[in-house]
Amino acid sequence: MSDNEGAFFYVSETPHAEHVDREGDRLAMWLFLFTEILLFGALFLAYSVYRTQYIDDFEEAASHLNTTVGTVNTLILLLSSLTVVVSIVAIRKGNKMLAVAMMFITIVCGAAFLIIKSFEWKEKFAHGIQLSLKTTVDAGGASEILGNLPHGQQVFYGLYFVMTGLHALHVIVGMIIFAIVTVLIFKDVINKKDVVILENTGLYWHIVDLIWIFLFPLYYLIG
Amino acid sequence: MSNGATSHISYLDVDRKYKGPLSFLNWLWSIDHKRIGVMYLYTAFLFFLVAVGIGVCIKLEKMYPGQQYFDPDTYNRLFTTHSVIMIFLFIIPALPSIFGNFFLPLMIGAKDVSFPRINLLSYWVYLLGALIALSGLFFHIPEGHWIGGANTGWTFTPPYSTQEGAAAVSTTLLAAFILGWGTILTGINFIVTIHRMRAPGLTWFKLPLFVWASYATSWITVLATPVVGITLMLQVLERFMPIGWFDPAKGGDPILFQHMFWIYSHPAVYVMILPAMGAVTEIIAVFSQRTIFGYKAIAFSSIGIAAVGYFVWAHHMFLVGMSETAQFVFSFFTFLVAIPTAIKVFNWTATLYKGSIKLDPPMLFALAFIFNFSIGGLTGLFLGALSVDVHLHDTDFVVAHFHYTMFGGGGFGLFAAVHYWYPKMFGRMYNMLLAKISFWVLFIGFNTLYIPMFLLGLMGMPRRYHDYVSRPYFDDLQKLSSIGAMILATGVILMLFNWAFHTKRGKKVGDNPWNGKTLEWQTQTPPVLFNFDEIPIVTKGPYDYGDDHEGSDKK
Repeated sequence: MSDNEGAFFYVSETPHAEHVDREGDRLAMWLFLFTEILLFGALFLAYSVYRTQYIDDFEEAASHLNTTVGTVNTLILLLSSLTVVVSIVAIRKGNKMLAVAMMFITIVCGAAFLIIKSFEWKEKFAHGIQLSLKTTVDAGGASEILGNLPHGQQVFYGLYFVMTGLHALHVIVGMIIFAIVTVLIFKDVINKKDVVILENTGLYWHIVDLIWIFLFPLYYLIG
Repeated sequence: MSNGATSHISYLDVDRKYKGPLSFLNWLWSIDHKRIGVMYLYTAFLFFLVAVGIGVCIKLEKMYPGQQYFDPDTYNRLFTTHSVIMIFLFIIPALPSIFGNFFLPLMIGAKDVSFPRINLLSYWVYLLGALIALSGLFFHIPEGHWIGGANTGWTFTPPYSTQEGAAAVSTTLLAAFILGWGTILTGINFIVTIHRMRAPGLTWFKLPLFVWASYATSWITVLATPVVGITLMLQVLERFMPIGWFDPAKGGDPILFQHMFWIYSHPAVYVMILPAMGAVTEIIAVFSQRTIFGYKAIAFSSIGIAAVGYFVWAHHMFLVGMSETAQFVFSFFTFLVAIPTAIKVFNWTATLYKGSIKLDPPMLFALAFIFNFSIGGLTGLFLGALSVDVHLHDTDFVVAHFHYTMFGGGGFGLFAAVHYWYPKMFGRMYNMLLAKISFWVLFIGFNTLYIPMFLLGLMGMPRRYHDYVSRPYFDDLQKLSSIGAMILATGVILMLFNWAFHTKRGKKVGDNPWNGKTLEWQTQTPPVLFNFDEIPIVTKGPYDYGDDHEGSDKK
């Protein structure tokens, strides 16, 4: 600290320079996951309220979603969760290259999920089910089709786009973190003795996966 | 690191050699929990001063029947801005972020919080949210005015809020969302810090009760804030998408919004009050020089309030048309939450009994807290009772009730905390006499302002109304209440001046001016960069005054 005295710019050192608390890091991650669950929980709550209110409309609208595509996406995400776990085990056993390969597959899975999702959205847009960014309902053109649907179906598609959209956002964030984690594995920051960053990222990925496990039946399988 | 000669340089002076124009960056980029706490102190009280000013404007408008200074629409904007600033920028972040940051690590004998960088990030998020909230004032400007802003009240109840002033309301909603994430990060940080960073020997039941209160508060912020965050974002999305989330004309359910809003916003009330209770507990023990009565009861009642407080939200909505069963259940839980609150009040009173009471400014504010908060809490029971609420709902009675809890409780608790910890934070003492004068001005002004509002509400004066019919029973009370507002504002200015003036000019104080037994008083004043020369080993309880009264937990 005395080195900093009189320096042009004083930056306080972290008192944790030598204090590493991996248990604390894990605890913080679990707390963060609580907030994620509650964030989506509010949306699931809205879903359950509106589904009770518009039970027929929800079934009708859900029957227009492609179950096959949904199933494929579910399998892709499940596979990616597996690869994360394999990667953690590989690091613990000191097999760096396997871990990196598994990270790579995870990121590819995330990308595949997003690409498939985007085609799904595009197909809906092509049929006039889209969310215009204009503030009025009669935005003209395609979104009029959505505006003319029964209220229940409108709410269904609204929830569908927002929930899968928020989920996709989490997938993107996850992929970015995995890319960083891969670099950290290369640099040996994540190593045999210290895998907590990878573990925490894995936990996050599992939550993202788990949320999809609930989204899938609620949107694809009720039709 | 923190040994040798340098250890006696306080956290305020670690960068004293550099005095250039950019020296404020040494604060803005500091990850020292103490500096972050002080930054929150200055920012929060700046917003507080602005919101007090707006509050006085509201009361001046109400002083006489008819229009005085502001047209009805401006009046709506005034009370919305007042409430948004007071709630999101002042009272929710104030106590946890100022004193939680500054004193939580000190009280548990730690060098810092678990995640110092995330801690600084929380402050930046808070600043960003504050800027966005204030920028909302420059949207939706009506003709002939120079400033606009949302006019929906801080509850943003649809469908009105989705029809009026879209840009201003969206901006405010976005700000509330961002501010929410700031408090979540702080909450996670504190929970992990309390679990992982306690000094050796500091077991859970040796923790100061302020730490227990902060712990309960942090859990509420972590578990409740995300719900309101996504709800507010849904309302923002409603403006940009042709989906009626909460608009009944498009199939949405406006009541659902109110539920999802209050699921957070009622527990948030306890975010405002619990840390104040914690601070008051510390002060009562120190200024009675007595072991706190019923340590475990106070600790668990904090947890109890946090837990039960989660299940009372719909008492804000008794008149929206819920099922009677739901009304009954929520009314029951509302009464239930009074129990842990009363436990605290009785324990404070029992601590005072036979204590060596010193009526220094912190103690005065703490006692005023108990007085005001009891009134606020007991009038809350009126509102929690189903039949009485029908009469009192949306009247000035409600306004008086929550100001007694939020301001008379949360606010006075916060002022007590500042007076109590000020010497430790700045190493100097404010002017005692001025502090006592400002206390009495505040206390008298506060009660003159809000007691008439109880009566006005009982006689049917609706809240949020710009005007009222001139009646003898309205006019006098309104005038009295407005005069109270001006006295209160005078007290606020006196108090803030006293603090601001003496940070550098006040008399220097020793390490332990109040004879406190908790750890923050056992280190240097103001604390060194990493708080303690050596991490203390704790063997005694936090209120070890050598007495031992029957019925309290032995330490």
